[in-house]
Amino acid sequence: MSLTAGSRPDGTRPAAAVEEPTAALVPEAAPQKGAAHKVPWRVRLRRDRALILMTLPAIGLLVLFNYIPLLGNVVAFQDYDPYASSNGITAIFHSPWLGVEQFSRMVDDPLFWSAVKNTIVLFLLQLVLFFPIPIALALLINSVIRPRVRAVAQAIMYLPHFFSWVLVVTVFQQVFGGAGIIAQTLEDHGWSGFDLMTNADLFKFLVTAQSVWKDAGWGIIVFLAALAAVSTDLYEAAAMDGAGRWRRMWHVTLPALRPVIALLLVLRVGDALSVGFEQFLLQRDAVGVGASEVLDTYVWNMGIQNGDFSYAAAVGLVKGAIGVCLVLAANKFAHLLGEQGVYKK
Amino acid sequence: MSLNTQLIRSLKAPARPVWEEAPSRAGLSAKSGFLVLCCLGVLAPLWIVIVTSLSPKPVIDRAGGLVVLPQGITFVNYTELLSGGQVSRAILVSLGVTLVGTVFSMAVSVLAAYGLSRPGSLGHRFLLMALMATMFFGAGLIPTYLLVQSLGLTDTYLSLILPSAVSVFNILVLRGFFMGISPELTESARIDGAGDLRILLTIIMPLSRAVLAVISLFYAVGYWSAWFNASIYLTDQDMMPLQNVLIQLVQKNTATPTGLQQAVRTGELSTLGLQMAVMVLALIPVAVASPLVQRHFKKGMLTGAVKG
Repeated sequence: MSLTAGSRPDGTRPAAAVEEPTAALVPEAAPQKGAAHKVPWRVRLRRDRALILMTLPAIGLLVLFNYIPLLGNVVAFQDYDPYASSNGITAIFHSPWLGVEQFSRMVDDPLFWSAVKNTIVLFLLQLVLFFPIPIALALLINSVIRPRVRAVAQAIMYLPHFFSWVLVVTVFQQVFGGAGIIAQTLEDHGWSGFDLMTNADLFKFLVTAQSVWKDAGWGIIVFLAALAAVSTDLYEAAAMDGAGRWRRMWHVTLPALRPVIALLLVLRVGDALSVGFEQFLLQRDAVGVGASEVLDTYVWNMGIQNGDFSYAAAVGLVKGAIGVCLVLAANKFAHLLGEQGVYKK
Repeated sequence: MSLNTQLIRSLKAPARPVWEEAPSRAGLSAKSGFLVLCCLGVLAPLWIVIVTSLSPKPVIDRAGGLVVLPQGITFVNYTELLSGGQVSRAILVSLGVTLVGTVFSMAVSVLAAYGLSRPGSLGHRFLLMALMATMFFGAGLIPTYLLVQSLGLTDTYLSLILPSAVSVFNILVLRGFFMGISPELTESARIDGAGDLRILLTIIMPLSRAVLAVISLFYAVGYWSAWFNASIYLTDQDMMPLQNVLIQLVQKNTATPTGLQQAVRTGELSTLGLQMAVMVLALIPVAVASPLVQRHFKKGMLTGAVKG
């Protein structure tokens, strides 16, 4: 999906920063850096030519589809007309400049604010209802000793993560929809009219439930790894000191999970304005625009559906800018709490 | 040793450490009850979909829709869908895009991961930063759309592959894994005269099979599940991949795949049965592939990440 760079439909993005910036930047500070500078760059170029060439295809694709479109955001300051020239990009040079007019339009646009409100409400709801579930499930799975049972339970819980959103939504339709299994059973007993899929009031809970069904199981994996790294000596020592099951969980297990929880929270907050774009787009027709319009779908609707590219780009730009600020702010906050966050101080 | 004793041995729990108190009966049953409930929550809806797709039309009609308990099995929905027409074509499109896309993405990612795996090489820091910076900002939907359009990629399958071909996250995971491979191995190859490409192909990649499998799965699932790019970049309905056909047929309930209206009208086939069969066809590849790679997930997700 081209909506945000690096974020893929399979939702693998969050773990990215779990892993990298903290882990892999470490070798950089190694002493060979000083040594490397003594070697003249011509020699280094000859030595590392192959490595640089190997990196180029990926860098080229990122420049083409991430960096260049970033410049394309200038259309937000224009009255962009795609037909001003034969080509969509050169049309930018033939479109009139408007300054910040698109942005002032945004401030006066009630639909924009309703999308903002929906986005924030849904983010908070997902934070409260979704976030604790993988932790609880990981503790549960971790307490199962039998390896066979563990593996089967994990396989089942990971499975929905690999389903497409289209599939998840249609599966939910078969359960909670107007022709779904619940409605069908109720109808057999004389109650008709059950249909959660078109209920605008309950929609926010429905999409949260879909997220939980799809990704809560997958979320376990990070916590299980952290739990596996806890030394059993700690548990044994705690047990020797008379700590029971729950006290051990409180004083040994949860502190061990603290850095991971902090990190995932930072990532989640940093990504706050991107709440399940595909989910909302897929269910927009069923549930109505009022309940399902979030910032990402608003950009899609204004730009791609209505052809108001400049305005949509302006909304997207504001969203992106706030997103970057949120990542930085959440990280700062994590540092204040003494946690590592996404990148190091 | 009989299979039975083997089975019992594998099911038997490993010894509980002496300091750990035995769980209470109530606690144990609450725990296993909850675990079973979670698994049922995942499997039950899939069960209903699968059973309905395999049920003959009279059974579906009698049930008044979805079928929970199988009464007779027929593959007629599948044979109809797979014998040409809209759904067969969509499956071929999806398989093709997934295959080509995964191979392309893997090639680009593995090369980049190896190219960035030696700190201190020329331009290493700059290239790595250029890569990682894209994780923190999105280019935005509108500029990307305009770019793809003016590159002339709309209405080609390249628009489903190129814009989302590189996942920086996947490159970083591969890179972390490559960096963990002992440098003695590569150094000795280098002394023997092997170049970087040769080292990558003959030493690094064979040692990284597990992580390569996981990252391939991530890419493949991404391509198989994608529908949004197709919905904005393709206009020709005949080019649509399976997910987009699924949206039309099941979610928007346009009911019947083209080519099968006749069979539905004459009452040979049930629309619902056909719809459920399309869903099953969309979930089979991932449901088969992901458990195969499961034991490597941790490696793929977390090489060197959460050390506790």
